[in-house]
Amino acid sequence: MNWIGVAALYKFELARTWRTLFQSIASPVLSTALYFVVFGSAIGSRMPPIDGVPYGAFIVPGLILLAVLTESVSNASFGIYLPRFTGTIYEILSAPVSAIEVLLGYVGAAATKSVLLGLIIFATARIFVSFELVHPWWSLAFLVLISVTFALFGFLLGLWADGFEKLQIVPLMVISPLTFLGGTFYSINMLPTPWRKIALFNPIVYLVDGFRWAFYDIASVGPAISLSLTLAMLLICVGLVIYVFKTGYRLRT
Amino acid sequence: MEAVSNHEGGPRILNSLSSRRLPEENPSLDKVLSISNLTKTYDNGYRALKGVDLAIERGEIFALLGPNGAGKTTLIGIVCGLVRPSGGEVLVDGCDIATDYRAARKKIGLVPQELSANMFESVWGTVTFSRGLFGKRADPAFVERILRDLSLWDKKESNIRQLSGGMKRRVLIAKALAHEPEILFLDEPTAGVDVELRREMWEMVRRLRDKGVTIILTTHYIEEAEDMADRIGVIDKGEIILVEEKHALMRRLGKTRVTVGLSRKLDAIPPGLFARPLDLAEDGLSLAFTQKGEDDSGAGAEPGLADLLKQLAARGIDFRSVNADRSSLEDIFIDLVGKSR
Ligand SMILES: Nc1ncnc2c1ncn2[C@@H]1O[C@H](COP(=O)(O)OP(=O)(O)O)[C@@H](O)[C@H]1O
Ligand SMILES: [Mg+2]
Repeated sequence: MNWIGVAALYKFELARTWRTLFQSIASPVLSTALYFVVFGSAIGSRMPPIDGVPYGAFIVPGLILLAVLTESVSNASFGIYLPRFTGTIYEILSAPVSAIEVLLGYVGAAATKSVLLGLIIFATARIFVSFELVHPWWSLAFLVLISVTFALFGFLLGLWADGFEKLQIVPLMVISPLTFLGGTFYSINMLPTPWRKIALFNPIVYLVDGFRWAFYDIASVGPAISLSLTLAMLLICVGLVIYVFKTGYRLRT
Repeated sequence: MEAVSNHEGGPRILNSLSSRRLPEENPSLDKVLSISNLTKTYDNGYRALKGVDLAIERGEIFALLGPNGAGKTTLIGIVCGLVRPSGGEVLVDGCDIATDYRAARKKIGLVPQELSANMFESVWGTVTFSRGLFGKRADPAFVERILRDLSLWDKKESNIRQLSGGMKRRVLIAKALAHEPEILFLDEPTAGVDVELRREMWEMVRRLRDKGVTIILTTHYIEEAEDMADRIGVIDKGEIILVEEKHALMRRLGKTRVTVGLSRKLDAIPPGLFARPLDLAEDGLSLAFTQKGEDDSGAGAEPGLADLLKQLAARGIDFRSVNADRSSLEDIFIDLVGKSR
């Protein structure tokens, strides 16, 4: 393994965050804070608790995921798309680094950022609402797993995209609507039956449900199913990435 | 070295010159790069390389010449890992680029044709990154030396986007040298570069060569190859049509035009003056002939300048100047590539 090479890529990618600090940390934290003010405090104070959890606290896991999912995808996709776009990818392709090492560098950095972002939002949430974590280690595990999975997905997106538009469209038009509909602001048990069935096709439902279970020990589909589906998504992304590297797709002509 | 092509209808320029450095009986010992039967067909069906064989000797400066679209960048791309070959084998100092890519790539530094650099990074940062990416431990003293050699030291904290085109090119060279490669590829290094930088670049290339680095460059500027290279390869339409030591090439394919200026006007060339075609200028004030190479006379073959001058003296024709114009590599190149069209 070329660990020095991995470290170089990882550091480079993290350094990019500092250059774009506002975009990658400040802006998601700000928008999440706004959600807490509007939904958590203003509206939430008039809502009954859900499954015994006050509404303001109930939405915390979903809001963390909303930011983590979109940022994982944007960060990882930009990270690999940018060198493709500017041509600097030549250096990575000519370096003695394997596909796995490139992945560790890019996806590792994007996932690290997302985990940090999740923790920052968590801390921010504590300012607005009070809550206790029931399964702290599980919540950390879910956070890491989900960050890695969506960073991998972002990496694939960055390879596939042939313009900046596509990079922005996917987090904006796919990830965030699915997260909104995935039970961030409500429990899917509250949905009427047909909609509840349809909601179960949304993979993000399971992520939010599992993450919320780790927070409050309440669940609609159950932690085992959530965890299995999260792992399945991770494996699918890993499989796709391996396939992409084997074929040299969009990297080597 | 031997070469090169024997495809149907194409030129067949073979030569038997052995290298200056390499004993003939040990042909694989000091090849730092061996390419055999390399082919590349792009996804759109275009055959960019049609069976290239090429061997580069350790420590030489090799110039790869060829018109636009000949396949130079493709060839370099395959060796460096940017382009997947369709067939053939490439060994970098004995390491196969497919099966032993790590060892092979560590030995290679590439300065690409296009100016592409991480615009938002500092010069120092990007060169340090390159070294790390290639698996070398950080060595600030070494990076400093590279930056000083390339007159980049003052700019080490500058953002790359603030640099001029020439400076960016230097940064790319610094990046390529950051991991101490044994082979340096320079793809059209002087395209769009000012005279000053070009001179500095060639100085650097010579210094590197003195340290034992092998340099392979492609260029449009044939004078550059003429000045710099030890050996020259010509590629056209995906085929190497010639590989030869530069001086031998000039000797073999070059021509020299010898002109003798006369003191008094001559109306006609006296019969029997010179046993090869001789031209009298319109004003009658000079005689000229063309010989192959730098001088093909002697050994009883063709009469040369000395014979002509003796004859002129014997006939009482006074001359006041002698001028020899060697054809440039460019003429040779145009000749070669023209023929294969
Ligand atoms: N990705 C590609 N897809 C299809 N054809 C290509 C591609 N890259 C280069 N070519 C073609 O291959 C030929 C050789 O290109 P190149 O190696 O860049 O030549 P050179 O560097 O000698 O100018 C050209 O005709 C070019 O159009
Ligand atoms: Mg080229």
